[in-house]
Amino acid sequence: MYKNLRWKLIVIAAITLLAVWLFSPPKQKIRLGLDLQGGVHLVLKVQTDDALRVETETTSEQFHEALKSAKVDVASVKPVDLTTFAVEGVPPGSDQQFRQIADEQVGQSFDRDTVNGNYTFKMKPNIEKARRDEAVAQAIQTIERRVNELGVSEPIISPYGSAGDEIMVELPGLQDVAHAKEIIRNTALLELKLVEGGPMSDQAALLQPYNGTKPDDMDVVPGVSDVAGGAPVYYLVHHTAAITGRDLRNAKQTLDENNAPAVGFTLNSEGIAKFTRVTEANVGRQLAIVLDGRVQSAPVIEGRIAQADARITGHFTNQEASDLALILRSGALPASLTYLEQREVGPTLGADSIKAGVAASLIGLSAVTLFMLFYYRLAGINAFVSVALNLVILLGFMAYLGAVMTLPGVAGFILTIGMGVDSNVLIFERIREELLTNKGVRQALAAGFDRVFITIVDTHVSSLIAAAFLFQFGTGPIRGFATTLFFGLISNVFTAVFVSRTLFEFILSRKPAGATQLSI
Amino acid sequence: MRIFANPNYNFIKWRWHALILSVAIIWTGVAMMYLRGGLPLGVDFSGGTTMVVQFAKPTSEDVVRKALDPVSADKVVQKYGPAAQNEIMIRLPMMKGQEEGTNLEAGVNQVTEALNAANVGSFTIPSKELVGPVVGADLKQKGIYATLFALAGILVYVAFRFRFTFALGAIVAAFHDILITLVFLSWFHYELSLNIIAAILTITGYSVNDTIVVFDRVRENQRLMRREPLDQIVNKSVNQTLGRTVITSGCTLLAVLALFLFGGEVLRGFAFTMLVGVITGTYSTVFIAAAIAIILSRRPPSQAAVPAQVRAKRA
Repeated sequence: MYKNLRWKLIVIAAITLLAVWLFSPPKQKIRLGLDLQGGVHLVLKVQTDDALRVETETTSEQFHEALKSAKVDVASVKPVDLTTFAVEGVPPGSDQQFRQIADEQVGQSFDRDTVNGNYTFKMKPNIEKARRDEAVAQAIQTIERRVNELGVSEPIISPYGSAGDEIMVELPGLQDVAHAKEIIRNTALLELKLVEGGPMSDQAALLQPYNGTKPDDMDVVPGVSDVAGGAPVYYLVHHTAAITGRDLRNAKQTLDENNAPAVGFTLNSEGIAKFTRVTEANVGRQLAIVLDGRVQSAPVIEGRIAQADARITGHFTNQEASDLALILRSGALPASLTYLEQREVGPTLGADSIKAGVAASLIGLSAVTLFMLFYYRLAGINAFVSVALNLVILLGFMAYLGAVMTLPGVAGFILTIGMGVDSNVLIFERIREELLTNKGVRQALAAGFDRVFITIVDTHVSSLIAAAFLFQFGTGPIRGFATTLFFGLISNVFTAVFVSRTLFEFILSRKPAGATQLSI
Repeated sequence: MRIFANPNYNFIKWRWHALILSVAIIWTGVAMMYLRGGLPLGVDFSGGTTMVVQFAKPTSEDVVRKALDPVSADKVVQKYGPAAQNEIMIRLPMMKGQEEGTNLEAGVNQVTEALNAANVGSFTIPSKELVGPVVGADLKQKGIYATLFALAGILVYVAFRFRFTFALGAIVAAFHDILITLVFLSWFHYELSLNIIAAILTITGYSVNDTIVVFDRVRENQRLMRREPLDQIVNKSVNQTLGRTVITSGCTLLAVLALFLFGGEVLRGFAFTMLVGVITGTYSTVFIAAAIAIILSRRPPSQAAVPAQVRAKRA
């Protein structure tokens, strides 16, 4: 009888060892959630509208250029809304040519529509979706680079929510949250633009040479005053940038000629080519360094510059200069970001929570064990072994899956204790019932386990269904809880049914055949 | 040792009393919630600011409340954690900057300023939760979906394994437990948070779990006692599983009680919910689930009462 007993014991020992191996050393293998180790959890929304607006603007500008160079003289090309631009006054004679250029230039991503010789171009829905998705993906990459540069260990940056434009950022153990938030969110749009006028303290004076109306291809941009805290100044600059942040290869904090903090940047080969061309053609004019729509400085071009290095100056503190360098290195964000959610847990609070959670688990486990030993005598040991093993296997699962241990996860562990005990109680009660009908111990055990097995399957499957939905629809803490619950249930079927039974069989194998006594 | 060695209580006789008691509790509870303006939602769902402020020296809630009067009329100021820590929890409704999405930290900033101005000594903010309006609505929707889908999944499974009236009984019992728990949460001024939703879903699972154990026994007894009426079979099954029901609930209660007493402030709401849920889950198993199943299947038990596939399996 029980000839398989040895093999069953070996399987149990092997699984136990495997689980222990998976989660040891626990400090490294079990990842703690932010609520336990401290840190900040942020949810950001990418304003993907920005990316569409830029796309529509650049496309309409490039289209206008193409029309000009083909000598198709239209009255205006203007963006109407996020995804549409309009072309008015196409000369009837050039209509055929216009359509051809339109198809070549923008036909791939814009749908053309015509009313009375005026055209509107609307971004195709699939292109619009692609641009929005790209903006989010690019924002994630940029944030990742910035966070890595900040030196945060094991950050999590991932798409979030069902809307498709939200990003979750989790930074464990971070101290200066305000600083990190600023770094993450900074658009850092760097542009080098030719100056047509300024600096002047009066916007109207800037436009005097143009009879007070701003030319279409120029912008009035505020600038940093030469003296810190001075009155604001304005520049009139070209709308199209000569060089942008994309032409950058590197940026680092440096000092200007007065030993004040500044940011030096290096251009890539494409950037150098552009820079050479622009400086060569515009000697004696000013080139404005515009950051996020503000002129930082506007040095005069002394001559053709064919080198890769340049510098941004302008009343920076050391911190500001190093932040700016970091942001420029990591690239510009494709769209602006807003914060939707922020949760912060101080590291000491997290440590307190761990202590309390572990203490509560141990107290709960001990109380239950004492009761089981008292009520079921030696079989109580059985229950304890199977419940403890359940927890060990659950830890192994968590480590193997890289699941994050959160506070609700600790609660999931406690619930797993409860379920393990429940299964054991079900089985023990049934065995007692069977023993009362004067069956032999072996038959009573077999009947008890067999009958209860169906009940255990039913209860576990229904709980698994609940846990699966919790995971599917839940967020953050609910998910942590659902994960522990799910794998706790699975390992519980194994420990309560297989392990517990094997232990009983082991006890019986030491008794003479036909024994009628069982400590239960 | 054995409790309930040979129990033979007539639970079924009490089913109408039990139903009336439950309805009464739920009714008064819901009425009270209604008068108070609905379930108290935590920041997770309503949006807004929750922060824990730790003061360098003991500071009373009244002082803090007074200092924050200019910030918001709708604030909650409560002691938090062990007294020696000098921690106070502050909850604010959605502030202007948060609503518009321009400044999520508007509430925190105003509290910091107001506390500095009130001269209450130095303080730190060990934890804060700021939730904007979009996220709050999103989380609320997800919480409701998670609950409903989980219940629907269980309904389908139980209907498949037992029979439809039983499944309804299990689901009514689960809803009963959810409602009773919500009533108690509101009586004891707990706010609905994500953690508490997780706890509520757990007791749903627990309640169904408990109910299935009894139904399973009913199914088994139906084959042994074919001539008995269904309410006799159900009553016998409830009695037969009574020992298990009480012991399991007792053990779970011990574990949850440990969580409630020693698990720390963050898990207190969770543990309280579980505590109430375990008790009402046990009660509903014995009195509500079976009663509903009997009331709904008011027809003489026949072989058809046991689904064909189950019979085949057991044969």
